Amino acid sequence: MNLIFEPWPWYVAGPLIALVMFVLLFLGKQFGMSSNLRTACSVMGAGKVSDFFKFDWKAQRWNLMIVLGAIIGGYIASNFMSDNIVLINPDVAQQLATDYNINSANQAYLPTEIFGLENFAEPKNILILLIGGLLVGFGARYAGGCTSGHAISGLSNLQVPSLIAVVGFFIGGLIMIHLIYPLIF
Amino acid sequence: MFKSEAASWFRIYEMFQFGSFHMYGIMGSALALGVIGVQIIKRKNIKPINGDEMSLKPKEKGVSRYLIGGIIFGLGWALSGACPGPMYVLAGAGYVSILIVIVGALLGTFLYGVIKDKLPH
Repeated sequence: MNLIFEPWPWYVAGPLIALVMFVLLFLGKQFGMSSNLRTACSVMGAGKVSDFFKFDWKAQRWNLMIVLGAIIGGYIASNFMSDNIVLINPDVAQQLATDYNINSANQAYLPTEIFGLENFAEPKNILILLIGGLLVGFGARYAGGCTSGHAISGLSNLQVPSLIAVVGFFIGGLIMIHLIYPLIF
Repeated sequence: MFKSEAASWFRIYEMFQFGSFHMYGIMGSALALGVIGVQIIKRKNIKPINGDEMSLKPKEKGVSRYLIGGIIFGLGWALSGACPGPMYVLAGAGYVSILIVIVGALLGTFLYGVIKDKLPH
């Protein structure tokens, strides 16, 4: 039963994502993972500070269920169906070690140098994680969606705005990896 | 997400280094099926089970919000190695430090809500 322990190839994962999108469409919803950040802010009372968060968040509770599902899925996959090691292109792994001193490639799911609990208290790591999250949250709301809302749902619906957003995602990602990483690491 | 390694920082880094087809394969195949499926839905006028219209509304027109927002998102995606979906998945998988990323994402969302009227759309 290798399907249980081996990583899933792209031709399994991609169609499954499309399936999730269609199931949600048939239930009258859409597939998008970032609007629940806005819902969470509203739940926590951000509506008092900005009109953006004054909306009927209770109608979005189904989306919070999806978040719960994602959390449970991650728990099951990581604890029962994985050795938690991700193997990447050896040249890329080598470059990570040589240029940035990240040696945990091909040994873990996430780089322990950044995410490991032993480095938890290092201010630089906390800043990287915090700022990374900040950019994702801000950017997703500004663009009106993240990879699921734009790259998958929006492009499936042949929406030009989604194409612009995805182009933006890639420009941002490439700038970060190729221009900014050398400055940080 | 987890099983396909789409939630792994290493895979995202590799993607932006064009080191593997894997991530492109995931998004490309999802998209290929998505486009076909949505076309079928539209031509056959398929409705969701509650009888309303399908949630396939066109997005608001514009360029700057999508481009600028997209670039900002992309910067964060490459830095943290995670977009929102994987953040929740990794939290479930027990990687406690992703909670910092999630807090950041909530702050970023909040910040947008506060300053959005001053931004170009």
